[in-house]
Formats: sequence, structure tokens, C-alpha cells
Amino acid sequence: MTVVVLGGGPAGLAAAVELCRLATRDVIVVEREVDAGGIPRHAQHQGFGIRDLRRPLSGPAYARRYASIAAGAGADIRTGTMVTSWSPGGPLELTGPGGRETIDPDALILATGCRERPRSARLVPGSRPEGVMTTGTLQQLVYLKELTVGERALIVGAEHVSFSALVTLGHGGATAVGMTTELPRHQTLGLFRAGAALRWRTPLWTRTAVSAIHGRPRVEEVELTDLDSGATRTVECDTVVFTADWIPDHELAVIGGLDMDPGTRGPAVDAALRTSREGVFAAGNLLHAAEPADVAALSGRHAAATAAAHVRGSAWPEHRIAIECEPPLRWISPNVLSGEPSSPPRGSFALRSTEFASRPRVQVTQDDRTIWDGRISKLVPGRSARLAAGWTAAVDAAGGPVRVRVVHRG
Amino acid sequence: MPERPDTDVAIVGAGVVGCAIARELCRFDLRVTLLEAGPDVGAGTSKANTALLHTGFDAKPGTLEARLVARGYELLSEYAPRVGIPVERTGALLVAWTEEQAAEFPAILDAARANGSIDLRTVGPDELYSREPHLGPGANGAIEVAREGLVCPFTTPLAYATEAVLSGCDLRRSTPVESVSRAEGGGFTLTLPGGELSTRWLVNAAGLRSDEIDRMLGHDGFTVTPRRGELIVFDKLARPLVRHIVLAVPTKITKGVLIAPTVFGNVMLGPTAEDVDRKDDTASSRSGLDYLMGEGGRIMPELLQHEVTAVYAGLRAATEHADYQVAMHTPEGYACVGGIRSTGLSASMAIAEHVREQLGEAGLRLEPKPGGPPEFRMPNIGEAGARAHQRDDLIASDSEYGRIVCFCERVTSGEIRDALAATVPAVDLDGLRRRTRAHMGRCQGFFCGAELAARLDREAR
Repeated sequence: MTVVVLGGGPAGLAAAVELCRLATRDVIVVEREVDAGGIPRHAQHQGFGIRDLRRPLSGPAYARRYASIAAGAGADIRTGTMVTSWSPGGPLELTGPGGRETIDPDALILATGCRERPRSARLVPGSRPEGVMTTGTLQQLVYLKELTVGERALIVGAEHVSFSALVTLGHGGATAVGMTTELPRHQTLGLFRAGAALRWRTPLWTRTAVSAIHGRPRVEEVELTDLDSGATRTVECDTVVFTADWIPDHELAVIGGLDMDPGTRGPAVDAALRTSREGVFAAGNLLHAAEPADVAALSGRHAAATAAAHVRGSAWPEHRIAIECEPPLRWISPNVLSGEPSSPPRGSFALRSTEFASRPRVQVTQDDRTIWDGRISKLVPGRSARLAAGWTAAVDAAGGPVRVRVVHRG
Repeated sequence: MPERPDTDVAIVGAGVVGCAIARELCRFDLRVTLLEAGPDVGAGTSKANTALLHTGFDAKPGTLEARLVARGYELLSEYAPRVGIPVERTGALLVAWTEEQAAEFPAILDAARANGSIDLRTVGPDELYSREPHLGPGANGAIEVAREGLVCPFTTPLAYATEAVLSGCDLRRSTPVESVSRAEGGGFTLTLPGGELSTRWLVNAAGLRSDEIDRMLGHDGFTVTPRRGELIVFDKLARPLVRHIVLAVPTKITKGVLIAPTVFGNVMLGPTAEDVDRKDDTASSRSGLDYLMGEGGRIMPELLQHEVTAVYAGLRAATEHADYQVAMHTPEGYACVGGIRSTGLSASMAIAEHVREQLGEAGLRLEPKPGGPPEFRMPNIGEAGARAHQRDDLIASDSEYGRIVCFCERVTSGEIRDALAATVPAVDLDGLRRRTRAHMGRCQGFFCGAELAARLDREAR
């Protein structure tokens, strides 16, 4: 019995560890980077590992620790190896320094993670100078390559990762001239924002859009637009870091023919993290970008449990009921109900909103029947709120799609 | 004029036209110097071409452009597969969305026949939608141009330059021509950053600046007005939506917005057409992008559901004349090759052949070099052929071709190493992108940007 895990980041490595623990015979982790560990490899701040390993670690330490636990548990971690072909119903083609091979596993866990949408995807006009990057590139330049990144940087975004970019810029010897967000306030923890304000005195410009980038060959200035007044102004800088605005790295899921969820843009999965294709599971930030590494790891562990049960012969449910949500909710995950009611990762569904709400009242309905009605914790764009999963037992397996909506912002 | 000038022929401008001319002249026993102001060949207007391999069906009959595009199509179609330039023959559908546009069809067919393009036929709405099922509603019908295709706008000038350099061409990049003057007793003196260069013959292929070089020599034939074209490149996951090049019915001002696959497996939407003041104004604009998204949503609504991978703008070297501005000034030994617009990529080899004939008639001695052209092949960066990572033989001979560094575009460590050590090597990230596709994909460097920067940094030390 072979289980292949695609992606050796937190979700993939945690899945591999769990598969080995459950005595699954051959566990292969395919990782395209030179080293396993995923994004934490180059996120050099603290705060990793709290929820899964029960100890605080830096990103690189967390990445190394997970890779060694997985290897120690018996997983075959193939780094520098990438899936170069897959198709609905077909086997995987792997390419690495040793050549190409095809493999047709008994179960497959997709844990390919996510990335930040670059400037081009955000359609920011202007010239195309050097010095425009995502946080992912910035962190790798500073922490993995020890290269310079410019002197004056503008940070686009005000989520957790945006503050990580701020720390990284400081480490790389650059000054952040400001942070922008199109929303009325930042979306990170108050503590992070207060700390950043105190340590770097970086201004936070809310309701502000980056409307153009100018310069040649390097960035010289950025045009900002005040979304309320429409007024524009320019800020001089030589670096622009586009942060957050995550998108699942879903290419394989799409070419493999998996049903995709329009909200998350990841594969649609049920509470057991089963995709629409038998034997194929998905976990971590591929499902919904982005969660902290430890949350992704717990999702990987969850998928591994059902994947292990699947290779031992548990039935694959055929009927799937979609869970849909209404604005301002952007998505819910898991987003499908199928088979016997089971608990999603961490016992709850994750919800994202495009707007802030302090103590929203949420309603879950099916065919105009209210299944659940109650208050959940606050909604912050870019961060997940949790919806406890108790209501799934009340869903009619023969009914229509389940709808989730905010009935009162609180 | 010194007894023996520094070079026999100096070509100003290493865009696709200048490189094609250098390649053509290097087949003969001549000393050829190719001067490029920018950091790389094909890095100005050429790189921002819409990358269509035109048959010339829609050129104005009787013009030099019409003749050279048709001839260039044949020459490049033969040359490209021989040296590894990616080409795909998708065919084009010129779609009418209104009765008025459909009424233009007979005139388009007549012009095509006059240009010698005999493979056109009209297609009704039913056939059109069965062949291009994701088109938006309301198409009336189309003209099919079966031989239209795609060609790699990056590899083409690089292949010409590579062949030229292998044949002895002195290629000097980052070498702007500051001034040109006639030398006493014939020939020319060019002032370059490092000093002067004397030449017996001069070819002006300076693209956007061809009018300026022309004026330095006292001519006043044309003025280049840069016409900006903005383009949007969509994610590879959109590629299955589009089967042909989807053209618009042209107006007096523009050929309109097209949707086409690229040889890299993306989908391209564009271009806009807007006259701008500055010859370096390659910035995209909010209004241009909004316009393109609007057109894209009308022509192929599903396209807009896909991620945008890249946005860029190029400048066409438009002039006040309808045709290419190619002139041989015989007594002085000066060939002006200006006003070459976006069709120049398709026409490049024919333009070079034409210029070589003109120089020959003007007295340039053309003795074929013994031994014939050099053997070489460009690394394949097109999706139609096998990429390095798909070739077991290559990986078996060198495992670096199995080590994928740029995940989105599947560029291997071996290809990046080769591009940095090529006959015409990459000297910056942009050059690496055009030679390998690294950093050109959907993540725009999220995963590979730092690794590429480190490799370039190592190379620079």
C-alpha cells in the first residue's frame, strides 16, 4: 500500500508522520524544493509549533524539526522532485535529478500549499522595475540568500504576514516607509501592530490602494490612492513588497480534475478532507489560504487519518452536498458534506469574511430549514473564524446544498 | 576615413530586425559589428511583440511590408524548427461581432488574395462556436486564416544573434550610439561610450530611435511616434479555453484586441493602441488594463475567471507613413531600416534579405564564407516541443536537467546554468527570463526569485 503526499511543508510532513504512526507501509513525500519544510524554512520569526508540537519554535527550527520527525518515522522524503504531469484518472509523473518516473499510489494527499498573489495578478499598473516582490521572495532573499533588498520599502497589506515582512525588512537593513491596506483597519493582532508602531514607527495607511508603480530600472516611487476621497499622492521608495492576498497553489488539483470550491479556490473537500476523486485527499493551505503553519499541520494530520482508513478499505462516499456561503462570507472550509457525519480538522469549520464583524450571528440552513443559529467569534478579513461542527448531524443527506450566512453583524 | 575602418558594417540596434540583418550579413566574408544600447538583444520593442507569425494576409497590398511579411513568413517557418525557435501553427479566426464588421469580410478576402494568401475561408457562426466554444455570445461569423501561427519573440532575436556571433559578429550590448557622422573619404564614425568606431557601411535598425539616427546623417524621411500596446497574459490554466488566434476586424486605427495562445502555454489579451510622447514609456495604465479586461470579458468571458500572470506594454515604432521606411542611400553606404512595426518579427528574415540585396547592389562585396553557417540549436522554451525536464536523455547525461528550479514554468537548474554561459549570455534577470522562462510564471518569483537572484549575484562576482 503506497500513500503519496505531495508537498513537504507543515501539512505534508504532518500527514506523513501520522501515516507512519498508523503503520501505513510506504509513505512517500514529494517535495520540489531542495529542502523539506515549506514556507517556515524562510519565516525566521517565533511562534511556530504551538498548536501541533506544543512548543514555540522559529520557522526554520520548526521546518527542520518536522522534516527530521517525518524521516525518523520512516517516510521517504524525496526533495528536489516535482510532479510534472497528472490527469483525471491518470498516474503521477515525477521529475527529479534521478530522472522521470510514474507512480500510481493507493491514496494521495495533496498538500501543495499556497502563495501570495504577485503584483501582476493584482493588476497594479505602471512600469516593471526591479524591487517589486512578494513576502515569500523577500524572506528567501534575506534569510536564505543573505542578499540586499533595497533601502526604503513600501509594504502592501496589513495582515500577519505583512508584519512578518516588516520584521524581515528590518533584518535585511531596509526601512519600511509605510504599510497600506484597502480596509479600514489592520487585520493582525493588536499586539503585533502596537509592537511594530513602537519599534519601527512605520505608518499604517488604511483605505489606501497602490494605484501605480514607477521607476527604471528600479522602483522610484509608488502612487497611492485614498479610497474614500479619491486623492492620490506619491511615496518615494525603492522596494515594494506585496504581502498576503494568498491563493492556493492549486495547479495540480485543477489538472487532476478535482472539483474546486469557488470561494477558497482550493479543491472542495468534506470533513474527512476527501476530494471529489476517490483516493485523493487534500490538506493544509491548499484548501484555503492561508493559515498559520501549525493549523496547516493539524489539517495534514487529519487527512492522514482518513487516508490511512481508506487504504485499509473504508468505503468512499459518492453523494456530496455542497456548503455554500453568502457575502460578506468569502468561503467556508470544509465545503462539502458526505458520508457519515464526521468532525472536520480541529472540530470546526473555518470561515472567512471580506468585512469586519465584532460578534456576528450566523445561520446555517438547508432547503429553508434552519439547522443552526448562533453567535461566533469576530470576523476579520484574512483571518479565519471557527464555526463548531455540531450541526452537521442535522443535515438531511438527501437534501439540497447547505447555506451559511451572517444574519447580524453584532 | 582610416585606411582600414574598424569594421565593414556597423548595425545600430539589436532588436529582431538588427539581429536578423547581422545574421544575414555574417554569412558572408565581412566584419560585422552589432551595437545595442540596451543590456540585451531583443530587449526593447521586440520582447513586447504580440508574438504572432503573420502570413501577411491583412497587409496593405502592394506595400514593401506586404511583400516582406509574406516572404518572412516562409523564411522563418523554415528556419525556426531548424534552430529551435518555438513555433505553433494554431490558425487564426478573424471574428465579426456585428453586421457592419461582417460586411468588411469581402474586402478582407480581396486584400488577402492580392497578397497571395489563398487559404482564407469564411466560417459561419455554428462552425465558429464549435471550433472556439468559449467565445462570448453574439459572434456573426469569422474568416479562417489557417496558416497564421505563433512564434517565440524571445528566442527569435536570440537565435539570430547567436548565429551571427558564432559566425564572427562583434556584438556589443549596453553600447548606445551617441552620435554618427560621415567620415572624410567615405564611411562613418560612430561615437560610443568607450570611444569611436569607424565603419565603411552603416545599417540603421534602431527601432524607436531610427528617426534620430537618420537625422544625425541629415535625412528627414520620417518621424517615429511611439504607439504603446498594453498586453495581459493569463495563467496557463486558461490555455484550454482558446484554440486559435482570435482576431478582431481591423479599423483604420488599429487591428483591434486579440486573444491568442502563447508558445509558452498562456493566453494573451491585447494590445491597446495609444500614441505616447516618450520613447521609454512602457508603463501600463489603469485605463488600458480596464479597457482590455472589458474587451476580454466580451470576447471570452471565462478568460476573466483566470489569474493574470503578467502585464506588460511595448512601443511600436509607428511613423507618419503606412509602410516600412527602408531606404538605401547608395553613395554614402547607409541603409535605413525604420518604421518597422509589430509585423517586423514575422518579416525579420525577409527584411534582412532585402537589406543585404540592397547593400550588394550598392557595392558591398558579398563573398560567401567558406564552410557554411555554424551548427547550433537554441534551448527549447516552447510547449509544443520537449522541454529539458521532459527529456530522459538530457537528465541521464546531466542530472541538473532534472532539477527544476522555477516550478511554475518548469525551468531546470541546467537550463539556467546554460543561459548564463550561452554564446549570447544572460546578464540580468530579464535576460534569464527570456532565455529560460524562469520567473515568468504565475508566482512571479515567490518561489524561485531569491534563487535566481543568488545565481545572478554569483555570476556577477
